[in-house]
Amino acid sequence: MNPQELLYWVRGTGLQIAAAVFLFGMSYRMLHLALLGRKKNLAAPRGSEWGPGLRTIWRRSFVLPELSARGKFTVIAGYAFHLGFLITLFFLSQHIDMLRAVLGFGWKALPRSIIDITAILAIAALIALLVHRVIDPVKRMLSGFEDYLTWALSFLPLLTGFMLLRGIGADYTHLLILHLLSVELLLIAVPFTKLAHMLSTFSARWYNGAFAGYKGVKA
Amino acid sequence: MNGGMNTSLQRGINSMIEQIDAPIATFFTSCVHCGLCADACLFYTETQDPKYTPIYKLEPLRRVWQQQYTFWGKLMLKLGLSKPVTDEELSAWEPLLYDSCTLCGRCSLACPVGNDIVYMVRKMREGMVASGHAPDDLKGATTRSIELGSPMGITLATLQAHIKHAEKETGLTIPVDKEGADYMMVLSSAEIADFSEIIPALARIFDHSNVSWTFASDGYEGTNSGMQIGSSDLAAVLLNRIVNAAERLKVKYVISPECGHAYTALRWEGPNLIGRPYPFAVVHIIELLDELRAAGRLRTEGMDDTRLTFHDPCQMVRRGGVIEQPRNLLKQVASNYVEMSDQGVQNWCCGGGGGVSAIERAEPLRFQAFNRKKAQLDAIHVDTIVTSCSNCRNVLQDGLDHNHMKTSVVGLTELIADHLAAKGP
Repeated sequence: MNPQELLYWVRGTGLQIAAAVFLFGMSYRMLHLALLGRKKNLAAPRGSEWGPGLRTIWRRSFVLPELSARGKFTVIAGYAFHLGFLITLFFLSQHIDMLRAVLGFGWKALPRSIIDITAILAIAALIALLVHRVIDPVKRMLSGFEDYLTWALSFLPLLTGFMLLRGIGADYTHLLILHLLSVELLLIAVPFTKLAHMLSTFSARWYNGAFAGYKGVKA
Repeated sequence: MNGGMNTSLQRGINSMIEQIDAPIATFFTSCVHCGLCADACLFYTETQDPKYTPIYKLEPLRRVWQQQYTFWGKLMLKLGLSKPVTDEELSAWEPLLYDSCTLCGRCSLACPVGNDIVYMVRKMREGMVASGHAPDDLKGATTRSIELGSPMGITLATLQAHIKHAEKETGLTIPVDKEGADYMMVLSSAEIADFSEIIPALARIFDHSNVSWTFASDGYEGTNSGMQIGSSDLAAVLLNRIVNAAERLKVKYVISPECGHAYTALRWEGPNLIGRPYPFAVVHIIELLDELRAAGRLRTEGMDDTRLTFHDPCQMVRRGGVIEQPRNLLKQVASNYVEMSDQGVQNWCCGGGGGVSAIERAEPLRFQAFNRKKAQLDAIHVDTIVTSCSNCRNVLQDGLDHNHMKTSVVGLTELIADHLAAKGP
């Protein structure tokens, strides 16, 4: 298989397989979680579940609880990574072109100069978070193989994508193959790892807010 | 042991498997190991020991979830690549789940992915009890509750003596087993043992407000050690005493005492423990007093002008939703009231809830954790701390004595009783 054929496979069949694993895997996982169910609460409610649950999905994004030096770092770097990653993913013109081919519609891209910043921001934040994970006693104790694996899987698409845009390290075809492969690995890993929090965090927040709301706790 | 797990361990693991519901599986799926919950926990902030990170206290439960409820976990277990939870592990986790967790629920507010961590600790304790890994002191307290009727070994005779004394002091009749009363009052062990002034205080307030009430000779103890240790079966046995008494006396309301976990047991866990809704409503004594105040039935006179603050019991605010009521009452009798930092839902625990104050070996750690409360108090220089949980009250007093602090601790109901206006027309 020459590089052109490989690229053809990676951006065709390969991507389709990865997308299928991602979509079916996440649907199955979320369905499985929901179907575990929970016991009906027989205590007389003081408040309601739905409103506070939905509010908590939104509000928990802005909780800055204690802001110890460690907490501050985690929150700031965490925001930098998520925002950098999502903006780069959804507002780079090449990404939008690709999504348009699948979805049938697109949106306006951000200028490359801004995408350069968001990509570097995400890369820098991820590196900082890795260093923090290793040196901070609490995070180091909590971390296992999966934490480092998911870090690497999140890092590679950013790194190869940045190299691709800048033409660093190899020719365009090879870099594109590497970038697409890293994206496919990430997509396949999401349903099986803590990366599933990209969806489950919304239901986790809902439960948290709903439990509090039922008791009339405004949290 | 040879050839398999011992039965108590298997029972414990089975119990944990049973506890894992959609919320718990969702929480473990969502955890990204960010460590933010550590800073919400006073056992971590005051020791800086990573093992007190709230989510870490659930590690054995997380492994059970992973091995039983996830694709890779199941595969790894089958291939022998991950080891089942062991007795040694649960034994090592016992101090993390009991000595260093008051079920205060602050971590549940801090988690950015939204995990209700304390919900999981409460559930995991079920597995700890089933596997025989609960602290001996809590086992003792629970046994005394089941056999004698109170974790502190208090009997009906003790209560009757206090009632007699209170009747003499107030000149009022204190109803016991009065059928058809509107309200049935429940007390906590700590109140009967250490703060029996609550009994004349209640008698005077209810007389002032014309509340039809009664004690029940077979359902006066609200402290629920079964819930604290994490045994729903035993918690239900204890709770049923109150439910049966309330049904026998046909009351409309049961009043939860000034005791955080009694309130949670009675108000929120109770119907789920016994498997049916109550035919009566549960109201916290402070909720009731504030209702009476709002209705103009509870009138006070005179002001306490000492500088005082209010300590929010965790189970009343974060886990219970009773936040404004004590403040409404306090403002009516205290002219020099100041708030602590982090008051309300974010208040720091006294360090002794959830059974911790009953675990003797946990005392040094509890005093260390109290430094958080001490820092809050040092910042506002108050003469008096008012609270509405008799266990907080004991733990606060302990911590203040330990630190040679002169601040006094007062129960809110008694403070209100001390300022009752003369009975009006």
